[in-house]
Amino acid sequence: MIEVQDLVRHFGDVKAVDGVSFSAPNGSITGLLGPNGAGKTTTLRMLYSLLKPAHGSIRIDGHDPVQDPQSVRRAIGVLPDSRGLYKRLSTRENIEYFGRLQGLDEDTLRANADDIINKLDLHDIEHRRTEGFSQGQRVKVAIARAMVHQPQNVLLDEPTNGLDVMSTRAMREFCRELKRSGRCVLFSSHIMQEVAALCDHIVVIAHGKVTAEGTKEELMERTGQSTLEDAFVAAIGSEEGLMA
Amino acid sequence: MRGMKLVFGKEVRETLRDRRSVMSALLFGPLMGPVLFALMISTITKMESERAEQALELPVIGAEYAPGLVAHLKRQGVEIQDPPDDPEAVVRDETATVVLEIPSDFGERFETNDPATVKMTFDASRRDARTIIERVKRMVQGYGNLVGVMRLQVRGIDPGITRAILIEEHDLSTPESRGALLLAMLPYFLMIAVFMGGMYLAIDATAGERERQSLEPLMINPVPRWQIMGGKLLATAVFSSASLVITLLAFSQSMKLIPADTLGISLSLGLREGVFLFFVVVPVAFLAASLQNVISAFARTFREAQTYLSMLLLLPMIPSLALFVVPVKGQLWMMAIPIMGQNLIIEKVLRVESVDAVSVAVSMASTMLAALVLAMVAARIYGSERLAVSS
Repeated sequence: MIEVQDLVRHFGDVKAVDGVSFSAPNGSITGLLGPNGAGKTTTLRMLYSLLKPAHGSIRIDGHDPVQDPQSVRRAIGVLPDSRGLYKRLSTRENIEYFGRLQGLDEDTLRANADDIINKLDLHDIEHRRTEGFSQGQRVKVAIARAMVHQPQNVLLDEPTNGLDVMSTRAMREFCRELKRSGRCVLFSSHIMQEVAALCDHIVVIAHGKVTAEGTKEELMERTGQSTLEDAFVAAIGSEEGLMA
Repeated sequence: MRGMKLVFGKEVRETLRDRRSVMSALLFGPLMGPVLFALMISTITKMESERAEQALELPVIGAEYAPGLVAHLKRQGVEIQDPPDDPEAVVRDETATVVLEIPSDFGERFETNDPATVKMTFDASRRDARTIIERVKRMVQGYGNLVGVMRLQVRGIDPGITRAILIEEHDLSTPESRGALLLAMLPYFLMIAVFMGGMYLAIDATAGERERQSLEPLMINPVPRWQIMGGKLLATAVFSSASLVITLLAFSQSMKLIPADTLGISLSLGLREGVFLFFVVVPVAFLAASLQNVISAFARTFREAQTYLSMLLLLPMIPSLALFVVPVKGQLWMMAIPIMGQNLIIEKVLRVESVDAVSVAVSMASTMLAALVLAMVAARIYGSERLAVSS
């Protein structure tokens, strides 16, 4: 469960995030939709305690990333904007490294790693060093290592960026499975179709502000548009950067 | 501390898998010094001994005017050569180092007890010429002294009367201390090995990790930032220390290869001295690791870090060079300067002089303190938002 209240963060004169509020409940997929540079990544970075908000409050399962970053980091699994792997470690070693950093004991670590390797179908690359992996393989490994501690809250920053159709489908399926197991999934994307296909709840962000929020139907109703695309354009205020 | 241990283990493991960086950290870096050193010293030694033992070839003009002197030279092992036409020409074109010229009036002046003159032609600016010139001079003068003593004895005078002062030389240099003069460079090689040992890891683990975009995911784990930094720093220091051990071992081996007795000097680095030097220098490994991590954290790219850290290799040269050029007596305050203190102690150990515990304590403590302060700076940088957010 993620709750965000009036989040503000400026870089110099740039108001990257300028009063963002939303909440992402458990057992549901929440989408942060907005054009490039709208403030999605900065918002997520504040959620996973990498950046400190200038103003506003964040609660993740009741923990505050500013006051208690360690508890927040245990409660979340993150696929950040940067998703570099350790190229001289194998897939499994990459996953285990993060599992140990999360504080898992060796038995739990083994079981969880087996589980996530199964779910993401990483068997054929399990013991290969990650150097030379394809974009899709890299994203999968990055997600696997972020999920090895089986966090309640999952933050994915543009997870389908650079993925082919098959990988994208697998990613969607993975998100749905997380939702079925009662997790809170927060998903950022600049691709309208992506968000529409997957998310129960959509938060539209533009210029650091939330401009609309709700289900697909609610968004169409609120903007008075008959198609989803028009609804998004109306919510963002321009067509810029919205198409895939 | 669990996080620190994990980061440490991963950095060491990943670096060990990179053969190129292991070679440069644990082979080229530490062995460059000892190999260069052994080559250099054995070349000098060989040149010295060759020159001392070489049969001296001496062209003599007018040998027939001084058969006594020539016989004396021959007894001393000099190979008398035929006179050249132009003594200056043969010295210039380097076919002869010294040409001895005996004038035709030599015998006449000798008879009448006037100082007889001989002429030596040489070029003192020529390399290697000095020893030969000195040898010829000594032999000619030795003959002159011998004749002088005989003349006095014939007249019933004690030859000692001509020697108003007798210098008794009392050289306190030991074979070890004469060796240490050559070894003034050893401290620098040790420092270079320390700085090179961890350099690659420091670049790769900070600037490299940032460039490859794995630092941000790493920092989302519930491990305090200072522990992440600490793990990387410790891994750097361990590689530096390993490099130091290898250098010390290589030096103790390469010194055995040197035919030191021909130089009248003795160089050795035994197990006890080696272990002692390790503990003296190991704080520098921590200092280097902290410094390298701070700089790598400041650098924006791998390349930039590489450039800065390569320049940093010049830093340990400063005290070594300063002491090489202006040898000063070690004073306690100098021990407090990192690298300088270690330099002085290393030199003392090689001269087989006793090193007082206070100096060692001051040197180690001050260097560790400097390392700790820099480590805290590194921890601060790790704590800042700037480091993690790469884009």
